[in-house]
Amino acid sequence: MNILYDERLDGMKPQLDKAAIRDSLVQAIPGLTLLHREEDLHPFECDGLSVYRTLPMLVALPETLAQVEQLLKTCHRLGVPVVTRGAGTGLSGGAMPLEHGVLLVLSRFSRILEIDPEARIARVEPGVRNLAISEAASPHGLYYAPDPSSQIACSIGGNVAENAGGVHCLKYGLTVHNVIKVEVLTIEGEHMTLGSDALDAPGFDLLALFNGSEGMLGVVTEITVKLLPKPETAKVLMASFDDVEKAGNAVGAIIAAGIIPGGLEMMDNLAIRAAEDFIGAGYPVEAAAILLCELDGVEADVDDDCATVRRVLEAAGATGIQQARDDAERALFWAGRKNAFPAVGRMSPDYYCMDGTIPRRELARVLKGISDLSEQYGLRVANVFHAGDGNMHPLILFDANTPGELDEAEALGGKILELCVEVGGTITGEHGVGREKINQMCAQFRPDELATFRAAKAAFDPKELLNPGKNIPTPARCSEFRTIKSAEAAVPTHSQGRPE
Amino acid sequence: MATIATTPHDHDASESLAERIRQASAEGTPLRIVGGDTRGFYGRPVEGAKLSTLEHRGVTFYDPVELVVSVRSGTPLAELEAVLAEQGQMLPFEPPRFGISSTVGGMVATGMSGPRRPWAGSVRDFVLGTRVINHEGIEQRFGGQVMKNVAGYDLSRLMVGAQGTLGLLTEISFKVLPIPGAVHSLRIEVSLEQARNRLADWGREPLPISAATWLDGALHLRLEGGPSSVAATRARIGGDDLDGGFWNALRDLALAFPANGNDDAPLWRLSLPHRTPSLALSNTPEETMIHDWAGAQRWLKSDIDAETLRSACRQAGGHATCLGSREGPGSAEPFTPLPSVLLKYHRNLKAELDPKGIFNPGRLYAAF
Repeated sequence: MNILYDERLDGMKPQLDKAAIRDSLVQAIPGLTLLHREEDLHPFECDGLSVYRTLPMLVALPETLAQVEQLLKTCHRLGVPVVTRGAGTGLSGGAMPLEHGVLLVLSRFSRILEIDPEARIARVEPGVRNLAISEAASPHGLYYAPDPSSQIACSIGGNVAENAGGVHCLKYGLTVHNVIKVEVLTIEGEHMTLGSDALDAPGFDLLALFNGSEGMLGVVTEITVKLLPKPETAKVLMASFDDVEKAGNAVGAIIAAGIIPGGLEMMDNLAIRAAEDFIGAGYPVEAAAILLCELDGVEADVDDDCATVRRVLEAAGATGIQQARDDAERALFWAGRKNAFPAVGRMSPDYYCMDGTIPRRELARVLKGISDLSEQYGLRVANVFHAGDGNMHPLILFDANTPGELDEAEALGGKILELCVEVGGTITGEHGVGREKINQMCAQFRPDELATFRAAKAAFDPKELLNPGKNIPTPARCSEFRTIKSAEAAVPTHSQGRPE
Repeated sequence: MATIATTPHDHDASESLAERIRQASAEGTPLRIVGGDTRGFYGRPVEGAKLSTLEHRGVTFYDPVELVVSVRSGTPLAELEAVLAEQGQMLPFEPPRFGISSTVGGMVATGMSGPRRPWAGSVRDFVLGTRVINHEGIEQRFGGQVMKNVAGYDLSRLMVGAQGTLGLLTEISFKVLPIPGAVHSLRIEVSLEQARNRLADWGREPLPISAATWLDGALHLRLEGGPSSVAATRARIGGDDLDGGFWNALRDLALAFPANGNDDAPLWRLSLPHRTPSLALSNTPEETMIHDWAGAQRWLKSDIDAETLRSACRQAGGHATCLGSREGPGSAEPFTPLPSVLLKYHRNLKAELDPKGIFNPGRLYAAF
């Protein structure tokens, strides 16, 4: 079942007069950079999920909040959909443009407004890159904890929209745990502040609701994040295993020992070989799986914990354990992991990254399921796994130039997500639903639950102008999805749906 | 897979709760949601038929290795904490208990967190998922039992602190953490100003501090972490040993207020950016307050005019809440009024999720 906008399933698109809308925006907003020629629009036709491309009707690149406010008011008045975009690194098509909508690009809002080392906060504009915050805080011995693999390029506004994660979430949380306040413009151009500089704010926790809302409730124009003191030390252990299941069990054993590692990552053989070939991180290429376990904190505690983890890994059947000798080697161990996606990309013309989360105890069953599906579809799958928090990134290798192979990769990906739901997990841990997983939302949620999501949306954007078509599927789309699934259910081995 | 043995009290009352809600919805009669009835003083009084969650009880899932527990809303908080403690785990946000009948549902609905909050996070930070009966009497599931989950809007965390005004919480899944290996509490006699300065310095270092409260001329500190770091920090900071029971009393608001405070006056909770200096309120010296959360949460007993206090807090970037006594609410508007745009969207959200206004109407604000 295709994810692309289908009027039959997703509703009629508004009939809009591009020239008239352009005139209205130009008149209403002095000085606004508004791109409209086809050649100027092409750079914005996709986000990080580049297999899907749509040319936006118009691209707006405002430089002031007054311009953003005016743009929203004008679009609201004229009934024009607005898709907000930052750096465009998202992997779920959350910033995929609409041919009948304005793409609101916030990349020019790239100033760090304030670093307050005493209050341990940073106040930034939405276009600031994730890593730039930690770089600016670094002279004060502070950093911003969430570190998605795209942190060199991705912007903090997009991090809020997707509730971005990274490799340190089990201990330090997601974006929602590290943002204390956002300034928002509503689709009607009203300003409101969610959260506060204190540790809570009166009323509903709309700050939590807006994190991960994929630009569908409002436009975030300023973000205050908390900064943490850099750990005194961080040490990394790399353990190899001759069996993936043993590696999975080792993860549980570490946590059962009362240790919460700063990072705990797992890679399977295909991912190990890809990363080693690309980075030369010193990974054991014969291993069925490796675990990277980072312990951070005060030196004395970290040394104690390293000794404990080493014992646990040995007991779990690790065939080799190596502790990074210094910061350079530690960085190298992580470089292999952080570059796993492009590394796998070198092995294949194209790859498709999935993002399901599962209860860790189901790891062996899910990996077996993925391996079976991989065989069934004839496509290789490399597995990279945030083992500490159960977030999997299976990477499906395919060639878009081979007719039908993209469709097969998508179908395989959909099956993997449905498997995640079946074992009690979720279709997306940190990349978001966007357009990519719009169909699988119908597997994870019942129609009445999706109706509640739509009700929450209607409270903020009843005309459905903010990023329409993303995140929450229409009843018609889910009805079709279920029809297809019940036809498949006649064939054994297919998804049983979510456990109740 | 680990689950736990059920207790004789365990009972799934979700269907009868849903039926009550369907009835209320059909008749348009408001419901007053009550668990252990220990938090009535936090919020406005609700006119409505009592809907008790106490029958809906029990831990439904617990896997210590996954760090996840799911529990029905009518379960006593003490029961949940005991189940976790048996496995060496805890709710890291140290929720106040206010009595043995306090329930998990009430804890989540009021969203109050205890002394560890600035370092560990709040109730909502540890909520992974919820089951909620909506206005149509249908039990719905949001979030889940995994650490990372961004499918759909985060309605689970929205329920935290919403005081039951958006639906009836029936089950909550939490992330839990191991109880720290070493704990040591200490007391240092310093002025409020000195305490603030020291906390500011320490806050920029990775020290194992997990609670910091200034009260009655002394800074009370709790160190938690590995045995090595706690011992090293203890040696460095000095001070006198403090009985750990202090934190339990603080957590449950059972501490005596400074002697010059007015014991019969309403209790106020000030939530402020943690480097906020003294508010310079006339007749209300900061020394009469309990300064918890390294200064970010201040407790005060005072007859001070609400608007004067709220205005001072607003200017500092925070807000003030008036708590009543255990017997009932202490103020017509306990929570700081919302700016007009924010109020509009609160009303919209309430109207969308509870169109007939049956769930705890008026509990947070008179307007919804």
